[in-house]
Amino acid sequence: MTYLLSFIFCGMLCLIAQVIIDNTKLSAGHITSMFVVIGAALDIFDIYDKIIDCVGGGALLPITSFGHSLIHASLEQGMESGFFGLAVGMFNITATGITAAIVISFFVALVFRPKN
Amino acid sequence: MDINKYQTIVKKNTPKENRVGNLLISFFVGGILGALANFIIESYKYIFHISTKEASGHMLVTFIFITCLLTGLGVFDDLVKKGKMGLIIPITGFAHSMQSSILDYKKEGLVYGFGSNIFKLAGSVILYGVVSAYTFGLIRFLIFGG
Repeated sequence: MTYLLSFIFCGMLCLIAQVIIDNTKLSAGHITSMFVVIGAALDIFDIYDKIIDCVGGGALLPITSFGHSLIHASLEQGMESGFFGLAVGMFNITATGITAAIVISFFVALVFRPKN
Repeated sequence: MDINKYQTIVKKNTPKENRVGNLLISFFVGGILGALANFIIESYKYIFHISTKEASGHMLVTFIFITCLLTGLGVFDDLVKKGKMGLIIPITGFAHSMQSSILDYKKEGLVYGFGSNIFKLAGSVILYGVVSAYTFGLIRFLIFGG
């Protein structure tokens, strides 16, 4: 069941993005930035946590979960160590993805040549 | 040539995009990637006996690795042309933007090529993510106490 929900949720997000890019002048960069902000905004009232609970992996893959993880980690650390924890814990969860992306893309760029 | 005439000719000859087809393609590509992500998380949980939180991190690393490798091989650009937003909204788009911007500036050297261009496209995602997360987090922290 979670597989079907993952399929529908992740597919719907991509469909919405496709509708936006077809009908407006916004580029892909605008839309990904917008989706990150939406993901962060949905966590003000814990809505995205509930979505992840019922959808599963399909909600962790889109870029909206990047914004959600940022605010989630920030608030978790903020609860623990007060006001300054908000900045300390910002990258606690997303650090995995960012570190992996930087390290892997560096080594791949060393090995491969640009195509054109 | 008269500018209005020119524009009518341009309008007549630009290929019409199949919008319904685009929607279906991005829905299915995104959906399959989402279901695959769920499958990878479940199998990592089963194989390595780890929590969902750790498994989701490993899942993201898996997707980033595959995307960077395919971009390095030059395959991913063609895939994006076919899969449209279905490949850009998942984390694959983030990895692809980093990998392609770092590869494009390879000839400028290790510091000014790699170092200053890696976040050229992905930087906006990180900037707006951090700014909005901090603002919303501050609002929630001050009003609801975390």
